Formats: sequence, structure tokens, C-alpha cells
Amino acid sequence: MSDTHAQTVAYVRDTMLPEQAPPSTAAGPIKWMRDNLFSSVLNTVLTLLSVYFLWLVLSLVLPWVWYGSWTATSLKECREVVADLGLAHGAACWSVIGERYLQLIYGFYPAELYWRANLAFVLMIVALAPVLYPNLPRKILWFSALYPFIAFWLLWGGTLWTPVVAVAGFVLGYFAFEALYRLAGSLVGVIAAILVPVIWWLLLAGPVANGLASVLPLTIETVESAKFGGFMLSIIIGVTGIALSLPLGILLALGRQSDLMIVKAICVGFIEFIRGVPLITLLFVASTLLNYFLPPGTTFDIILRVIIMVTLFASAYMAEVVRGGLAALPTGQYEAADALGLDYWKATRLITMPQALKISIPGIVSTFIGLFKDTTLVSIIGLLDPIGLTNTIRADSNWNGIVWELYGFIALMFFIFCFGMSRYSMYLERKLKTGH
Amino acid sequence: MSQLATDREIDRSKMAVSDEVAIQINKMNKWYGAFHVLRDIDMTVQRGERIVIAGPSGSGKSTLIRCINRLEEHQKGDIIVDGIELTSDLKNIDKIRREVGMCFQHFNLFPHLSILENCTLAPMWVRKTPKKEAEEIAMHFLEKVKIPEQADKYPGQLSGGQQQRVAIARSLCMKPRIMLFDEPTSALDPEMIKEVLDTMVELAEEGMTMLCVTHEMGFAKQVANRVIFMDAGQIVEQNEPEEFFNNPKSERTKLFLSQILGH
Ligand SMILES: Nc1ncnc2c1ncn2[C@@H]1O[C@H](COP(=O)(O)OP(=O)(O)OP(=O)(O)O)[C@@H](O)[C@H]1O
Ligand SMILES: [Mg+2]
Repeated sequence: MSDTHAQTVAYVRDTMLPEQAPPSTAAGPIKWMRDNLFSSVLNTVLTLLSVYFLWLVLSLVLPWVWYGSWTATSLKECREVVADLGLAHGAACWSVIGERYLQLIYGFYPAELYWRANLAFVLMIVALAPVLYPNLPRKILWFSALYPFIAFWLLWGGTLWTPVVAVAGFVLGYFAFEALYRLAGSLVGVIAAILVPVIWWLLLAGPVANGLASVLPLTIETVESAKFGGFMLSIIIGVTGIALSLPLGILLALGRQSDLMIVKAICVGFIEFIRGVPLITLLFVASTLLNYFLPPGTTFDIILRVIIMVTLFASAYMAEVVRGGLAALPTGQYEAADALGLDYWKATRLITMPQALKISIPGIVSTFIGLFKDTTLVSIIGLLDPIGLTNTIRADSNWNGIVWELYGFIALMFFIFCFGMSRYSMYLERKLKTGH
Repeated sequence: MSQLATDREIDRSKMAVSDEVAIQINKMNKWYGAFHVLRDIDMTVQRGERIVIAGPSGSGKSTLIRCINRLEEHQKGDIIVDGIELTSDLKNIDKIRREVGMCFQHFNLFPHLSILENCTLAPMWVRKTPKKEAEEIAMHFLEKVKIPEQADKYPGQLSGGQQQRVAIARSLCMKPRIMLFDEPTSALDPEMIKEVLDTMVELAEEGMTMLCVTHEMGFAKQVANRVIFMDAGQIVEQNEPEEFFNNPKSERTKLFLSQILGH
């Protein structure tokens, strides 16, 4: 090919010059530094100031972290060990973490049942994987859908029939919808799909589960909610809240834009009310007031109540974030979908919502991160999340007075989770970019 | 290979107009709030007719054709498309939208879907065509608008002219019986206008019923069998292109033509 060119077109070069490395001023670390750190006098001054500041902070923090004691069994002993090191600002007492880390992770969950919590955590990663990475086989999504029930059974124990009848409610709802949708239209179908499962759960599910359990128990040891704590509790509340608040937020955002006056009024009222009150008041309602409204004798799990409140709280913010995304779409997108004959739900699902969600990723993830950090507020109503546990640990006479190490460790753990979410959202944004 | 739309021989053998009525509009009126946009529009479109709607900016051309597939709601009078009357009955609206394709000035492709997905979406979800078949249909029409090699790209990676041709292909994939165009070339650079007009001329040659709002008078002369001139929400004059351009009747039309053709 290039031979013919060389003969026929004399001015077409067919042998390339060997590649040369660019001169060191045009590439490599020296060029990078010159471009980014020392490009002007002002930049040079700022760079030097920043380096000095970093050095100040790190020279204080790093020795404190690094020379900390892992062996002392009490704060008093630790102070003595550390004093011997002769450091100007002392050193950390990490042994409190070494001694209490199981409690900080599992709360008062029975030690012999830790494996159940661990298994639930590992399965959670399996269930999340296909949701987070669409390249994985779609079939795993079935497992993701069933995971909440499996996790519930593993964590709380009891008979397997409880989660099974709970799933059965959804299945019944599906069949009720299918049956009535054809006969009486979509509105009747939707109403039936909501009513049938609710009736099932409230009236029939309990007796049926008990009946089945008396025939074939399939029971594992029960763990009460009071024993739940630590990061396990934060993750249970946080992940459930995240998973439920997004769909609820989407529905609220759609409702707020709806032409149906009543639906719209309910959604606006809900969003504005929830956004107008502090989360902590909602949690107090969950922990105390809610019991007054329930029929006497009903016990309604405290963790469940908290999850509901946290979810409602986050979903109001989510709704506003998603509405922002919907509003940012050009009207042409709605018109094109209409002109092609897509009905409202199909247009929403296939055209507008995917684009709106893509635009709102940063806001959605911020809300997720906020929700996850807000789970620490449950310590105020007496749940033993990591912050709640610090009180117990600090009440121990051995560790009375310890602050930095404990809160530093908790902060680090939260940071790892939240930073992970933030990185994932950046990955997702890059992946979904389809323009230039 | 392809010539300017305006100086190309046209095969008129298939362009016969049948006496079947495709669109019937009687005494139709529309208001935006208190603003009377369309006044007493009467119009009959036969199957196979190619109609160009012209008129000054703000005269209600877009509004008129958007009423035909109910992107805008009219308040008085009747619109009957393909034998189905447009009322607020959602079933009828869906039926009509399935039979009526539309191309917009700003293309309105779906940016999060590939070109192929843009074309297969409506057939798969509205007509319930199996995916494989929908893809075959899509490729057929993408070949027709001469961009099959772009099928896997995203709209953001295509030029304006290419995007508009994809938009035409996307509408055609629904096998519509009527096509509406709202200034399909006015957002395009001159060199891209030709490729889009060529596509539209081909479509006309195949006997598609077309209603086209455009300022491309070359296109009107070449393929239209009727030009409708609108002003201030009314149909002022309509005629065969020959008569319309050479022998306009109303003063308003003469003024408009002198502005648009004269310079
Ligand atoms: N959604 C709307 N609300 C209120 N007035 C509108 C709306 N859309 C259009 N109008 C008005 O209706 C009139 C007709 O608009 P239309 O878009 O149909 O004009 P057009 O003939 O297509 O003009 P152009 O050539 O500029 O596209 C204009 O005066 C416009 O300002
Ligand atoms: Mg217009």
C-alpha cells in the first residue's frame, strides 16, 4: 500500500520518523510543577504557604496517630505509657478501639451469631453489585429483589415463614393487578395492587405464618431489636433508607408535577411539611408519640419506625432534587415522546426519568450521604449506633474521658462509606456521558 | 451523486393523490389564554397530498400542525385524522399519534439513547414489535436516510443534518401514514439543509402524506401540490405552487413572497 504511494505520489511520506521523548520542560513532573504550582509569583507564594500549613498540621497529627498505644488496658495506663515517649503533644490510645471494635461494629448482637450479620453484609454486596454495575448479568437482580427479606430473616431470626408471607403479599398484589388491569383498567388495577397486599399483611399474613411455622418451624434464633447497634445498625438504617427514599422521591416528584390537583396537593404538602421540620423531631415522634396512635397492644419495632421516618425525611429532599432534574429537560423531549405515541408512564420511564436522574446524580448522592450521616441522630432516641455506643464506652471507668480516638475512628468509618458513594457517583456520571 | 433538491428530476408516478381524506379540519379555533392564535381554520388533506404551509413568524403555523397530533389542544371545531376525531379521549389521541409522525425544528432526539435505540424505542414499546424486528426496521430506515453506519453513536456525536435525518428515520420506523414537519431545516447550516431536503423529497416520491411548515420555497415548488399561506392565525390563501408563486391573489401574500424571494 505505502509502496504504491511512494511511487505514485511523491509528496506522501511513507516512513515515519522515530518517536522522540518531549524535552523535559514540556512534559513530566517538572513541567507539571511549573504549570500547576509555580506558574506566577502569586501561585508560588500560595504554594509555599500551603506546603507550610500542611506540614504544620501533619507534623502534629501523624506522630500522635503513629506512636499511639495499642496495648494499654485503661486510659490511665495509656497516659503513662504515652508520657514515657516524651512527645510534645502526646499520642493516641488506640487500645480502646482494639478492645471495643466488635461492639462498635455489632452493638450487643450475640457474639455467636455474628456470622449471620456477616453473611447478611456479604449478601448485601452481592445484591448491590448488579444495581451499581449494569454490565453484570441482569438475572442477579432477582436476588437483589429478594435480598431485603433474606437479610431481615438473617438479622432478626425467627421463622423463615415471616419473610415468605411478606413476599407473598407482593406476589398477590402483582396477580391482583394483572387480573383486574385487563378487566377494569389501570386505575382499578393499581388500587387492587395496593389493597390486596395491605389486607394480606395486616389480617392474614400473621396467622398464616404462625400456622405454617407450627407445621414446619424452619426457625433460627431470634435477636431483638434492642441488641442491634454499632455500624451494623447505621448500615441497616442507612441502606434501607437509601433504597426506599429514591423510588419514593421519584414518585413524589412526579406527583408534584402532576395535573391531578389532589395528588399534587398531597405531594406538595408532604414535601413542604417534611422539609420544614428537623429530622430529630420526626425521630422523637417515631420513638414515643407513634405508640399513642397505634392500637394498644400492637408492638411496632423501633428500628422499623426509625427507618420509616428517615426514609420519609430523605424522600422529601430526593423529590426536590429529582424535580430539578425533570425541570432541566427541554420541553422538546416531552413533545417528541408524545409525538411518538408513548403514554405518560412509558415516556417517564424511558425518556424523561432516565435523563432527569442522570442530571440529578450529584444531588441524589448528596442526599444519600446526608441520610447516611443522619443515622447518627438515632443515638438521641436511645438506639446504640456508634455514637450511642460512645456513651457506654466512656461510662466504663477504664475509658472514662476518652474522646479523640473514639470519635476519630467513627468519623473515619463514616468517611470511608461516604467517600465511596461520592467516587461511585463520579464514575456513574462519566459512564453515562453520551455527548462529546 | 445526489443533486440539489431543487434541480432534481422527480418521479411523479407514485405521487398520485387519492380521493380518500387523511385529515379534515372544520372551523377549528385555538386560544392561548386570551390570545386567539388560530381562527376558523378549514382544511382538507387528501391521502398522498404534500402540503407546504408558509407564513410570517407568529402566524400560527406551528400551532396548526401541532394541533393535528394533539401536542396542542384546540378549543373549538373538529379535527378528524385518519377517520378518528380528536377529542380529549386518550385512546383516540394515542391511536392518532401512532399514525402521525412528526419532525421538529430542533430534532428532539433522545440524547441518552443510541441512534438505533432512538429508532427502535417507539416500535418496541408502542407497537410491541419484537426487538430483532424493530432493529431490522430501524436499519432499513437509517439506510434510507443514508446514515446506517452511525447506528451505534449517540445523538450528541452527530451533525445537525445527520440528527434531523435520524429524527425522520425515527418517525418513519412507526410506519406513519401522515408526516408533519415543523421547520425541519431552519436550525441547520446551509450545506446540511440539502441533505435533509433530499430525504424529504424521497419521502414525497414514495407517496407519503406530508404537511410541512418551511421557508424552503424551492422544496415547495418541487414537491408540494398545495401551498397554504397563513397570517395572523388564518388561512389567507391556498393554491398549487405554480399559481401561488406566479400569481398570488392577496396583498399579504404578495408582500410575503417579495420579502422571502426578493431581497
Ligand atoms: N405556549 C404558548 N403560550 C402563549 N402563546 C403562544 C404559545 N406558543 C405560541 N404562542 C403564540 O402564538 C402565536 C403563534 O405561534 P406559532 O409558534 O404557531 O407561530 P409560527 O407561525 O410557527 O411562527 P415561527 O415561524 O416563528 O415558528 C405566536 O404569536 C406566539 O407568540
Ligand atoms: Mg413555528
